[in-house]
Amino acid sequence: MRHRWSIVAIASGLTFVAVTAQEVTTVIRGARIYTAEGSPIENGTLVVRAGKIVSVGDRSVAVAADAVTVDAAGKVIMPGLVDTHSHIGGGSGGDRSSALHPDVRILDGINPRDETFKKALAGGVTTVNIMPGSGHLMSGQTVYVKPRPARTVEDMLVYVDAEKTISGGMKMANGTNSIGEKPFPGTRAKSASLVRQLFVKAQEYRSKVEAAKGNADKMPKRDLEMDAMLEILEGKRIVHFHTHRADDIITVLRLQKEFGFRVVLQHVTEAYLVAKEIAAAKVPCSIIVIDSPGGKQEALNLNYFNGAALVREGVVMGFHTDDGITDSRLLLRSAAFGVRGGLDRTEAIKALTINGATMLDLGDRVGSLKPGKDADFIILSGDPFSVYTHVEQTWIDGRKVWDRSNPEDKKYAVGGYEVFPSDVALDACAGGE
Amino acid sequence: MKTLSSVAALAAFVTASMFAQVAIRGGTVYTMAGAPIKDGVVLINNGKIERVGPSSEVTIPASYRVISGVVVTPGLVDAHATLGLSGILNIPADQMQLEKSDAFQPELRAIDAYNPREPLIEFVRNLGVTTIHTGHAPGALASGTTIVVKPVGGTVQEAIMAEGMVAFTLGQSVTSTYRNPGTSGKAIAVLRSEFIKTQDYIKKQSAKDPEKRPARDIKLELLGRILSGDVRIIYTAQRATDIMTVLRLQKEFGFKLVLDGAAEAYLALDEIKKAGVPVILHPTMSRAYGDMKNVSMETAVQLKAAGIPFAFQSGFEGYVPKTRVVLYEAAVAVANGLAFEDALRAITIEAARIIGMERRVGSLEAGKDGDVAVFDGDPFEYASHVCAVVVNGTVVSETCH
Repeated sequence: MRHRWSIVAIASGLTFVAVTAQEVTTVIRGARIYTAEGSPIENGTLVVRAGKIVSVGDRSVAVAADAVTVDAAGKVIMPGLVDTHSHIGGGSGGDRSSALHPDVRILDGINPRDETFKKALAGGVTTVNIMPGSGHLMSGQTVYVKPRPARTVEDMLVYVDAEKTISGGMKMANGTNSIGEKPFPGTRAKSASLVRQLFVKAQEYRSKVEAAKGNADKMPKRDLEMDAMLEILEGKRIVHFHTHRADDIITVLRLQKEFGFRVVLQHVTEAYLVAKEIAAAKVPCSIIVIDSPGGKQEALNLNYFNGAALVREGVVMGFHTDDGITDSRLLLRSAAFGVRGGLDRTEAIKALTINGATMLDLGDRVGSLKPGKDADFIILSGDPFSVYTHVEQTWIDGRKVWDRSNPEDKKYAVGGYEVFPSDVALDACAGGE
Repeated sequence: MKTLSSVAALAAFVTASMFAQVAIRGGTVYTMAGAPIKDGVVLINNGKIERVGPSSEVTIPASYRVISGVVVTPGLVDAHATLGLSGILNIPADQMQLEKSDAFQPELRAIDAYNPREPLIEFVRNLGVTTIHTGHAPGALASGTTIVVKPVGGTVQEAIMAEGMVAFTLGQSVTSTYRNPGTSGKAIAVLRSEFIKTQDYIKKQSAKDPEKRPARDIKLELLGRILSGDVRIIYTAQRATDIMTVLRLQKEFGFKLVLDGAAEAYLALDEIKKAGVPVILHPTMSRAYGDMKNVSMETAVQLKAAGIPFAFQSGFEGYVPKTRVVLYEAAVAVANGLAFEDALRAITIEAARIIGMERRVGSLEAGKDGDVAVFDGDPFEYASHVCAVVVNGTVVSETCH
């Protein structure tokens, strides 16, 4: 009996602490603030409460008298980074039994305690699209998560809709990535054909659903694959399409035009060659930056100016890590290499934040510092694109979730003995060598 | 007559471009031999550095072609690569860095496999790299004998500076690639037995009666050169356990050793220091997996603090990036606590010293090779560019990369 009482006491104590933290107003003062909405603010003030941004502005912003102040003089604040393509979390997707897995959810394989989430926080990533695969035409459903401390993967999800039904996209790929032995396609044309057949089937399924007009007796037999395809056709689930070569990019645009799905082009090594076509299709691009070209035939023309070339044509452009292909701790570096390749710095900030959020259908919740949006931001020691700059603190939903000054957090920024016990997800993404 | 004169003109042109007189002027010139020079000048004549000093003291002759930049450094030295053997396409036809027929083949020579026209060589050259120690990859008990090259020339003869070292590896990268040896313990037993066989071979070769000398064996011949100190072992060992085993083997047979990779060097600093062995450290941004699971971005600064000589390398990558760039790896080490000039040393003079090329490259001093990198800002900054590269006195790149 006594034992039970003490548990209740602890539980109510925890609740009390949590509620208090939610209601505290925190003000971060003195930093140069990149909002990703307008010009940078010098000596800025950022006010957060209950997980949301209350206000952002210069030193004249009004602040509640009881607010907790964080001194960030001399620092730089920007929105938490949005990594539009990553393989952290120890999850997996479709297996080798099929080239198309619309029914498979990476959600069902993610370990919320995986240390790679800490690695993402060390890199300033606050929203991440975790992708299954690769090596399939369709590797499965992706998840959008915040890498905040969590007991279950559900605690990490970010939903795109108010009804909380969708928190991810669909991973697809073309080119050599998804080519292989049966049941995989052997050529590019066969790859496109298999995708078209799946979409045609999905269109027929949609027709049956529409014909049923809500009458349960007339509905087609429930099909998990078609459920997901229907979400794609209805524009609720965005396709994230791994594609490198210019001709493969054009093939994606052709499929997109035929079936009308919403798509983000991922990796896009040769996008600069077809930037006009991509712009005309109003399709966003998420770029992977690799230090050197090659490693596979499709990446021979990899360069640092791809991002600048896309922006010049008006394409909405972002960067991703594809962790473990590149490292979550170095996402800022990817955009910095875009700057090396001629990308405007303001565009580079947007590419890391609001543009990525838009690609995940989360642009009204995260990706910029604006009143009402989630209080996801990072405090940097200096210029976001300098090699000498460190992420000092990462905040998600108004709470500090990573702090470089704490050795237990810092170790995830630098590595060391038994810091990352799981192998990086290199095999998962290499696919189709 | 006309033909003759055009031949002469062509010859003059070739000579001019090969041995042009070049003056490099920099806001800051890091010579790596003394303090940096503000507003410095490097004169290069006939492929070699002629003079280095402040512009107030060094007059640029009118005939010299002038190249200017914000920062000037010696051409960068990549202390360990597989460039020229592991090609950009990453298909079996261009992957010559690891022979898998047998785990112990030290006699394979990089000189017989190096492709000077491999595109990644020009790629790193455009980023300031002018000397490359390259050859067979880690992953075999002994994978081959390396070479030191300049990233120029259409044949290996034109590129080569010297023979390098013999590449050995200990760790799961070996035992997961080959059936035999299946464990590191077995690997060392095999090596000890090979070295003992070599000692016997050398002894028999010195027999007075030529009839009693053993038949020539190129593998034992090479191992003999290792035991006599004529050629060094570059030993890739990442885990502290494997580093300690390599040091034990070195103590038993007395070969000259350079430690390579050394991901867990931070657990064996005293032992490495005591053994007097230099380290060619893994790329700072190496992925944490396999033997390198415990890799840290702070190891360079720890080696420095321990007084262990070290250099950076581009290393070997099985996928992407197909080559790393020592400039970038040094930069991230600086971000993680290494002093700016210590990092620069580790990709210039210190790297040259560790690969035995310090008399020719690695610093800007009169008499040394005319190898220079010119930057439009801090060399390590992400958004800076390498805007000119000079190799052997020839300007090989004038575009900002």
